[in-house]
Amino acid sequence: MRYGAEIVGIGVFAFLALLGAAFAADVAFQQHMWVLFAVLVISAAILMRNISFAPKAAASIPFREGDTAYMDDVVRYGTIATMFWGVVGLLVGVVVALQLAYPDLNIEPWFNFGRMRPLHTSAVIFAFGGNALIATSFYVVQRTSRARLFGGNLAWFVFWGYQLFIVMAATGYLLGITQSREYAEPEWYVDLWLTLVWVAYLLVFLGTIIKRKEPHIYVANWFYLSFIVTIAMLHVVNNLAMPVSFVGSQSYSAFAGVQDALTQWWYGHNAVGFFLTAGFLGMMYYFVPKQAGRPVYSYRLSIIHFWALIFLYIWAGPHHLHYTALPDWAQTLGMVFSIMLWMPSWGGMINGLMTLSGAWDKLRTDPIIRMMVLAIAFYGMSTFEGPMMSIKAVNSLSHYTEWTIGHVHSGALGWVGMISFGAIYYMVPKLWQRERLYSLRLVTWHFWLATLGIVVYAAVMWVAGIQQGLMWREYDDQGFLVYSFAESVAAMKPYYIVRAIGGLMYLAGAIVMAWNVYMTIRGYQREEEPIGGYVPAAQPAE
Amino acid sequence: MSKEHIDEVSGVSTTGHEWDGIRELNNPLPRWWVWTFYATIVWAIGYMIFYPAWPLINSATTGVLGYSSRAEVRAELDAAQAAKGDYVAAIQSMDLAGIMADDNLRQFATAAGAAAFKVNCIQCHGSGAQGSPGYPNLNDDEWLWGGDIEAIHQTITHGIRFAADDDTRLSEMPAFADILEPDQIKQVAAYVVSLTGTPSDAALAETGQTVFAENCAACHGDDATGMRDLGAPNLADAIWLYGGSEAEIAQQIRAPKHGVMPGWTARLGDATVKELAVYVHSLGGGE
Repeated sequence: MRYGAEIVGIGVFAFLALLGAAFAADVAFQQHMWVLFAVLVISAAILMRNISFAPKAAASIPFREGDTAYMDDVVRYGTIATMFWGVVGLLVGVVVALQLAYPDLNIEPWFNFGRMRPLHTSAVIFAFGGNALIATSFYVVQRTSRARLFGGNLAWFVFWGYQLFIVMAATGYLLGITQSREYAEPEWYVDLWLTLVWVAYLLVFLGTIIKRKEPHIYVANWFYLSFIVTIAMLHVVNNLAMPVSFVGSQSYSAFAGVQDALTQWWYGHNAVGFFLTAGFLGMMYYFVPKQAGRPVYSYRLSIIHFWALIFLYIWAGPHHLHYTALPDWAQTLGMVFSIMLWMPSWGGMINGLMTLSGAWDKLRTDPIIRMMVLAIAFYGMSTFEGPMMSIKAVNSLSHYTEWTIGHVHSGALGWVGMISFGAIYYMVPKLWQRERLYSLRLVTWHFWLATLGIVVYAAVMWVAGIQQGLMWREYDDQGFLVYSFAESVAAMKPYYIVRAIGGLMYLAGAIVMAWNVYMTIRGYQREEEPIGGYVPAAQPAE
Repeated sequence: MSKEHIDEVSGVSTTGHEWDGIRELNNPLPRWWVWTFYATIVWAIGYMIFYPAWPLINSATTGVLGYSSRAEVRAELDAAQAAKGDYVAAIQSMDLAGIMADDNLRQFATAAGAAAFKVNCIQCHGSGAQGSPGYPNLNDDEWLWGGDIEAIHQTITHGIRFAADDDTRLSEMPAFADILEPDQIKQVAAYVVSLTGTPSDAALAETGQTVFAENCAACHGDDATGMRDLGAPNLADAIWLYGGSEAEIAQQIRAPKHGVMPGWTARLGDATVKELAVYVHSLGGGE
């Protein structure tokens, strides 16, 4: 019986959710358990509709390969999930941007800014970015190890388990359930679930590497593995907490005061370092050489910058707590490690860009390469900006201002978004065995919408942030404060409106992409003139 | 697997391995990259020598410069304090009339009061002291409790209906829903609206005038221009704290809202409260 065990498992889990709802210690937990119950019941119903009593081998399922080939179904699902969560996350981003410009859009209680903001950050980082990383890592590790994913259906557990984590995190935020740790808002029970899923992910990935048929482990896999291992460690330590009740939605952190703040930013900064940098560098190291058809520029550079990055990044977190109760010595270390991190970060940029040497002409004809190059350029820019902002003198101006938001988005939209889009554009025709994408012209549209969107967004936030920082520290010649805080808020309004427009352009690009991907999967090819014009056929010499 | 292989395009040898068609060139580390990396390390070591950096068992290295961010902010605050010291001491010791008579001192107090206002007062009274529903505008010449500098100072010092201060400004208009008939409330509301020249039902307003004389004039005055000793507002000037429509006025008669302002001396100190009084007095309506 296909899915028999799965359905029973989900049923037991749904029963536990029901018990949780029945004996809940607080209303939020009760509502959250009802959400979980509903999700599980719907999943079970969907599985039951697919139930089959035929012997396993006889079942004919499209795209389900035999045990010898690569396991790509889970990558296909992951690609679609990435696309879906990407559009959702960006849409929520536009909404919260508009909420800042027009406070009337805060709809109490579920859709106010305080609940929507973590929904946006988690949706883009963990739902979009996380699915992109899981899907591409499964794709890459199989091909560069010449081995099918380890653990059989464990990969499916990772995929669906991760989607459940996303749904529970997102609905929790809207219900007002949060432990108030930035980028780690989900409460203890959702954290425990993610831990389970993440360990399964590590098993699948590591198992595949162990049974590889290549003598060496490819550089992309070092980065993916470092991302998986480090995120496991960060997630577990930062979320150490004691629940108030085992059927309740509140917990208290194991740390107190400034230690708690430092633990949080050790986590927070390395979520950037290992999730958004190392993981996506793994993506870059496979998809850029593949798309360019060129070898990686320097093996030595990849080794040195990998280990330097891994070693240095983990210490840089305290720069988020400059001029706070954190002792001066810890602030110093956070800052100097961030400065030393500059070149190791740029090692990835050099290796990515220089891999294109000998293939630069493709920039003219291949919008996917263009997208990847832009991603690497934004990676280089934000990994320069980051160390610069960690310098205490700069930080005293930039901290708590919109500049930080601009910095984060030049990294997130420019680097993380664009490299993921490039990887998906590369993978989709291969995964669905299509000759090519539905339309390369639409990729160009996506490229320009996204690029202009980022430029508008980042430029506006820089100006806004610097103005904000200067207003806050403006004193007159007698030493009196010149601007009230509310005046600095009012001054932000035009920037907030333009920022929302930038975000809207980026979202529009992603929607164009979703259409393109959908049509490619459906098997359509758009009739269009090739990019760069028709290449004239070679004329025989006279 | 590992056999010599030269990349045709660049002429550089590869490591000899291949993964899914991807090879790696044997290029050396870019020199500028290596030297910049070294430079940041040297800089980091230098910085750690000069500034507090390494944790010890009970403390941390203090660095050659002996820098401390707490000492730095302390020094900045002390310097700012010292620069203003003479003025603040004078404001502390002099009475308001004396401060107002001294041009330098008055200007300083106005600037200082404006700064304190931005931090402590704008949340209710607005950045421009323009007020908002329920919170009075401080720019006009309508004063609930008096607009000369002493009265303003008294209000800021002790607050309004501030339970923690026995000398606070205290007055509470009773809820007339328990005293008057609903019709009477409508009548008196119509009358009050008519005082500012706003059109209202003339017949209602006329009966309302009698109700007003019997119930309201004791505090608001026969001509409805208010009584500052009681904090009873002027009702004839079209300036309204809780809204000037007939319905809003009727509501305020039925169940009046009683706004509260804390007294500020305990939080800000004598000198700052005096500065605030000078600033608020300077806004335009000071008497």
